[in-house]
Amino acid sequence: MSKPIDLRGAAEPHQLHPAEKPGVLVKAGAGPVLQATRIAKWFGDNHVLRGASITVWPGETVCILGRSGSGKSTFLRSLNFLEDPTDGRVEIDGVVVNADPFHTEGKDRAERIRELRMRAGMVFQEFNLFPHLSVIGNCIEAPILVKGMARKEAEAIAEKYLEKVGLLDKRDEYPSRLSGGQRQRVAIARALTMQPKVLLFDEPTSALDPTLVGEVLKVMADLAHEGRTMIVVTHEMDFAHEAADRVYYMDQGEFVEVGPPEQVIDAPQDQRTRDFLARFRTLGTKK
Amino acid sequence: MNAGSLSQSELAAAVAQSDRRRESAWSLRFRIITTLILLAIGTFIAVYFNVEATFLASAAPFIAGGISLTIVVALLSIMLATILAVLGALGRLSRSATANAIASFYVSFFRGTPLLLQVLFWYLGLPQVGIVLDPFVCAVGALGMNYGAYMTELFRAGIQAVPVGQREAAVALGMSEQTAFRRVVAPQAFRIVLPAIGNDFIAMLKDSALASTVTLHEILWRAQNIGRREFKSLQTLLIAAVFYWIMTIAFSALQSWLERRMAAGDRNQAVKA
Repeated sequence: MSKPIDLRGAAEPHQLHPAEKPGVLVKAGAGPVLQATRIAKWFGDNHVLRGASITVWPGETVCILGRSGSGKSTFLRSLNFLEDPTDGRVEIDGVVVNADPFHTEGKDRAERIRELRMRAGMVFQEFNLFPHLSVIGNCIEAPILVKGMARKEAEAIAEKYLEKVGLLDKRDEYPSRLSGGQRQRVAIARALTMQPKVLLFDEPTSALDPTLVGEVLKVMADLAHEGRTMIVVTHEMDFAHEAADRVYYMDQGEFVEVGPPEQVIDAPQDQRTRDFLARFRTLGTKK
Repeated sequence: MNAGSLSQSELAAAVAQSDRRRESAWSLRFRIITTLILLAIGTFIAVYFNVEATFLASAAPFIAGGISLTIVVALLSIMLATILAVLGALGRLSRSATANAIASFYVSFFRGTPLLLQVLFWYLGLPQVGIVLDPFVCAVGALGMNYGAYMTELFRAGIQAVPVGQREAAVALGMSEQTAFRRVVAPQAFRIVLPAIGNDFIAMLKDSALASTVTLHEILWRAQNIGRREFKSLQTLLIAAVFYWIMTIAFSALQSWLERRMAAGDRNQAVKA
């Protein structure tokens, strides 16, 4: 067996982008809750991520924009190691996992990744609710199994969040009987019931009927305004404009533009960002 | 009838009535033909093989005495097969080369050789190396191992049919791979393969007749035994056939009832609120 190789991203300290400054809801003096440092990913010969870094402070909402195929979903999935990055380092709430492509199967590493995931709730494009469990069952399964929480306690927390997403009356329904928008709201409540430090949204409205997008975005905007920490990969420009503290524009596996939405969306500096947003305008988005 | 002279609702009612009439005529014809087939077979037997009521009365209960053994063999075999199939499917999906190789060999070998040969191997082959097993154990072992190999591939496909997003959602919530499999993937895979297990059980009921070759006194053994002794194999085999047939009809009905109940159970649970 060869010695572990010192990887560039893991070896070098995290650096802030000049535009990365704590957002308005961040308490004074609070340190970042999530740092992803120079995340790189190769799929075979395909260089999908080319050393993308992000810093998120507690209470912030950041949005990641980019064309499809730019690597933004892969980046988000690297943050909780659903994709194992080839290089780089992720730190969430003090838990650090380095990319280690030569040793992906160790037990200690699996355990550390699990610790990381418990701090990062994820909401998927395709909802991925558990069809064999009721709404409440979906929410309490992980807290009971993973955190060893008592059923009563888990149910109380889940009910609180189901109420927040407006679906407490669907508590005992099965996912198959819910609309797409309701399913995604349950998925948000499920993620919240684990009481994570940060929520990751992977294009949460892309699989929805257009008439159902609004109810999900409203829940997300409410969460953003009450100071949840959120990283949202999305094509919803209005949401990014309204809710984000910062917007990251990704192109070919790199963040080519970072800044407040008024800058990145309304007055993009980078040509690639401009081209992307111009396409959106032709599709009829007003902002 | 002239559709133009009817109002829309009258037209719809007339179409529905005509559909109903056509359907009931179809099912009447279906029943008539089925009855005719049964009558023809019955007449053929009655005319050519002078059915003796006394022989039937003595042979039928004797052969029926094997029904319980047939069912027990099939039940135990399907249980063994299910256990082996779970292990086999895990092996086939395992990243461990050892587990995968063992499971792959198992599937390949037991699917690649005749079931009858496997039954005889247990009964006639093993004693040569000093392993003498009860015929009952031979039958259950051979049937279970063979069906387990087929069901391994079934279970593997069932596990793979669960969308990958289910595993991802489970581990993203902090579950370990094992917990995610046990609590999220496996229950859904089980639902997917349950109807197929039912089908395999019904097939097993019939394949359990191979146990007659290792002197197990189940339905077919009894039919052959009494048939040879009395020179009335045709009659006894027909009796055995009817028993198998009734059993498969009964278990098929049970299976579809269970499946309907399971589906209904889902709906009820969902409605309860």
